[in-house]
Amino acid sequence: MTIQLSHFSAAFVFALFASIVFGITHRETTRDMIRYGLYCFAMFLGGVFVAGWAMWLVRR
Amino acid sequence: MANQTAKTTTKAAVPAQPASMMAVIAPAVGWLIPGAGHMIQRRWIRGGLLLVSIGALFVLGLMMQGHIYKANGGDILDMLGFIGDLGAGGLYIVTLAMNWGQGAVAFATADYGTKFMIVAGLLNFIAVADAYHIAIGKKQ
Repeated sequence: MTIQLSHFSAAFVFALFASIVFGITHRETTRDMIRYGLYCFAMFLGGVFVAGWAMWLVRR
Repeated sequence: MANQTAKTTTKAAVPAQPASMMAVIAPAVGWLIPGAGHMIQRRWIRGGLLLVSIGALFVLGLMMQGHIYKANGGDILDMLGFIGDLGAGGLYIVTLAMNWGQGAVAFATADYGTKFMIVAGLLNFIAVADAYHIAIGKKQ
């Protein structure tokens, strides 16, 4: 069984699961874990958009 | 009198946290089955989330036709890839045993799959370290 993800969906899935692990392992309390996980997720996806627009600018 | 002071000053240093079997078992089990190091210490939700997250990344990598690295003494990047993959523990062993993860050049996304599996292994290393910190009482 094979699966083919687009660039964005691959980045989304990666960001989601990596953020969950980062949140659990890098913070002490449940509240801090959720907040840090959301922060990492936002940074991952934000980085995708920033890098995407940067490459678009470089290409022009 | 002098004897008493000598007794009080020469007390043997007591370690802050006594070493327990859990400090050895939890990381070992956590490496073999992602999240199990937390579950064995009754952190069920954390362990379950780690199992799902790391397991899903690894399985998705396999389904994207990612390449699995074997022990090698060649290119430095291949060796690093092997170390990353090895972190997935049981998932890596099963993949090798079943001869999966041969990698298909036909898919452009296969390289993503390779990276997914490496990252899954590296994330499991972090989870193992976290299970150890819980076992020694450094983290709740």
